Amino acid sequence: MSDRLELSDAVASGEGWQGMVSDWSADRETFKDVSWGKAMMWVFLLSDTFIFGSFLIGYMSARMSTVVPWPIPSEVFALNIGGTDFPLILIAIMTFILISSSGTMAMAVNYGYQRNRKRTAVLMFLTAALGLSFVGLQAFEWTKLIVEEGVRPWSNPMGAPQFGSIFFMITGFHGLHVSIGVIYLTVVAAKVWRGDFDRRGSYEGVEIAGLYWHFVDLVWVFIFAFFYLW
Amino acid sequence: MEKTAHQQHPISTYLSIWLLLFVLSTFSYLVDFFHVEGTMRWFLILLFMFLKAGLIISVFMHMKWERLAMRSAILLPPLALLVFVALMVIESNYVSGSRATAFTPVSFVAHE
Repeated sequence: MSDRLELSDAVASGEGWQGMVSDWSADRETFKDVSWGKAMMWVFLLSDTFIFGSFLIGYMSARMSTVVPWPIPSEVFALNIGGTDFPLILIAIMTFILISSSGTMAMAVNYGYQRNRKRTAVLMFLTAALGLSFVGLQAFEWTKLIVEEGVRPWSNPMGAPQFGSIFFMITGFHGLHVSIGVIYLTVVAAKVWRGDFDRRGSYEGVEIAGLYWHFVDLVWVFIFAFFYLW
Repeated sequence: MEKTAHQQHPISTYLSIWLLLFVLSTFSYLVDFFHVEGTMRWFLILLFMFLKAGLIISVFMHMKWERLAMRSAILLPPLALLVFVALMVIESNYVSGSRATAFTPVSFVAHE
């Protein structure tokens, strides 16, 4: 009985751990109609925005302040197909693959709303497969750059030495996000296929995974514009 | 149940946005392919980038169907990055200026 009195004192005064916990967990909600899982994914993506934002700003600072010419991405990432040099062709293909995976993911979320178990799962597996092919092409791109072009994090034959470190850091961190996304999507898709979300009565897990995947695509839009095209 | 928990849009909504993203990506690739240079290049790159980002956030991530409390909580904080960009532009100009006056860039390209 005395414990209860102490607890209500703490709640009323807001002092001590119990008071603090009760303040944070009181019956209030800011984001109506949005579950905690979805809100927390958004908050995570917001923090990730600042990480990628800082990376891109670091890249901008290096490129603006270097006195050695910056390598021309259009030429560095050209690919020779049948005797003709196509500028940035591999990057363009990677862009289309990632956008397609975003399209299939959006449709998976939509079928999730309709509780269409099979279509949701199939579209998610397809999204993961497209993500995997993106990572594969990125591995090919990295190999070509390291082995054939001789790009290192500390130097490269084309120009400013920061080019390598910034390229590996930004595309590496993005590729890590894609790889984690492929695993995440596969796990959620398997749960959908197994019928976990039907038993739970909500397909929201699909929507939350979708937010993460679209964010990965979103980051690529900025990397494509600032690193490859600029 | 809440209305947003059951939001449904015809599949054509997603297909048309998907197509639009394809077209915009093609356009931004063509900017490089046709060697558009100067101010026009930066303008087109940024235009296509923001259009693509806007479509992904608003439709694919369903942001345009969220309430204002949610939209402002997520979309306003990144604006702070613009302040960061402005600060670093000033700093980078200063650094490149002092490098140009104090160093000769011969040894910058390291050996294999």
